Amino acid sequence: MCAEALIGAADVAVGYGAEPAVTGVSFQLRAGQRLALLGPNGGGKTTILRAVLGELRPLAGDLRVDASCGSVPQTERSRLDYPVSALEVATMGALSRLPWWRRPGREDREAARVALGRVGMGELAEQTFGKLSGGQRQRVLIARALVQDARVLLMDEPFTGLDRPSSERLEELITALAGEGHAVVMATHDLEQARRWDAVLCVNRRQIAIGPPEQTLDREVLEATYGGEIVEIPGTGRAILPPHHHHH
Amino acid sequence: MFEPFREPFMQRAIAEMTMLAVAGGALGCWVVLYEVSYAAESLAHSIFPGLVLAAIAGIPLLLGATPAIVLAALAIALVARLPGVGRDVGIAVVVTTMFGLGVLLALSPQSPPGIETLLFGDILGPSDTDLISAAVLVAVLAVALTLLHGRLLATGFDRGGARALGLSPAFADAALLVLLAAAIVVAVQGLGNLLVVAVFVGPAAAARNLTERVVPMIAAAVAIAVLAGLAGLYLSYYAGTAAGASVALAIVAAYLLSLPVGLARSDRARLSPLPGYDQ
Repeated sequence: MCAEALIGAADVAVGYGAEPAVTGVSFQLRAGQRLALLGPNGGGKTTILRAVLGELRPLAGDLRVDASCGSVPQTERSRLDYPVSALEVATMGALSRLPWWRRPGREDREAARVALGRVGMGELAEQTFGKLSGGQRQRVLIARALVQDARVLLMDEPFTGLDRPSSERLEELITALAGEGHAVVMATHDLEQARRWDAVLCVNRRQIAIGPPEQTLDREVLEATYGGEIVEIPGTGRAILPPHHHHH
Repeated sequence: MFEPFREPFMQRAIAEMTMLAVAGGALGCWVVLYEVSYAAESLAHSIFPGLVLAAIAGIPLLLGATPAIVLAALAIALVARLPGVGRDVGIAVVVTTMFGLGVLLALSPQSPPGIETLLFGDILGPSDTDLISAAVLVAVLAVALTLLHGRLLATGFDRGGARALGLSPAFADAALLVLLAAAIVVAVQGLGNLLVVAVFVGPAAAARNLTERVVPMIAAAVAIAVLAGLAGLYLSYYAGTAAGASVALAIVAAYLLSLPVGLARSDRARLSPLPGYDQ
């Protein structure tokens, strides 16, 4: 635990206008750490990501971001009819270090090809982004963050809509990137996935708990996070969420 | 076939139309990709009172159009900020107010004859100032769109992601609208207040049907705009139809011709997904 803190939040409140959408958020994110933001829809997960990205200014508390952050948004919401290739999307990452009048050049496109190869998308580099499958699009956006040289990946429900093989491949990739020193913050409503992460921050309009999943995800915390709508699997002592919490 | 090229007035018209087509085709791609076609049409209509006042005062139309478009843009920004008023409503209120004001001025006794050319354009009679301003417009757009290409592309694709890259979506929006306003002010004199938007939307929309990348889309939009512009002028020359309207109809025809290609492509994409690990 001696790795440097890339992001530090102390009692942060953040929201839209003067009204906080989520309060009392405190965490430290270190290199190589995978942090899951777990909570119901509307609980404030995406709001926290937007604050880290600098899109929303904290209404209270102290939020320190000491590393470049790459955004990996939900691709269902992005413009799937936009006429760009996977390579062009990955190359956009180079814009973060170019002055405004410079266009990405040959070296930047080469770096983008390398990043696409790294995420297993090298062969589909010339394909139109909107024609890729959901998991492939997520990996292209991760490649864009790698070209950007982002140390922190901010992922908004990256597994939504993916089938099991795609999810497994994406999770393997995220784990490998964490092993290389990238920190990952992932908003999710998937309790089982959060259990496999290094740390979990439970949120429902306020921070409920934070810590390693095995110590944090007990019945009391989950009830506070999901408003009592949890089901215990008989004989296992493990709690799960009823299916209507998962969107499709 | 080359007869129109031998007429001096047609040579000037073709030169003016070609420059406006290059400007409209290239800039129009970003108008279409940023989904600001309505704003483009509205900006064009809102400069009508400025054009009429310039005609009444006998000064170059550019001098009337420029303050009018700045006023309209500021008014739209202010009205859209009022509680309970969205951007679309703000635009509609400002544009109808400005256009109505323009009609009142146009129908006043001080209004000079031939005021209808402000609405429908006078592409067959461009002045030297019109030709020079169109040439300057093409040069400015060529430089600006080349420099801004990467930023416009990244911001239009994913605004949140662009912010994470340190880009400013507000800057991209503002740059696009300023270029659009300048282009409309120049083009409105040739193509008219009601028809100018055709050259900023039609060729780009047609090119979108035919291409899958932005740079080829820009090349196709410029080619379509130039060809449709020439076709419109030819039609006007031989059939004696109104030149601006003929150009607008040729652009619409180009869009309709491109439509089956766009529809076939979207069907193909739906029926044959790429090999992947999910859908």
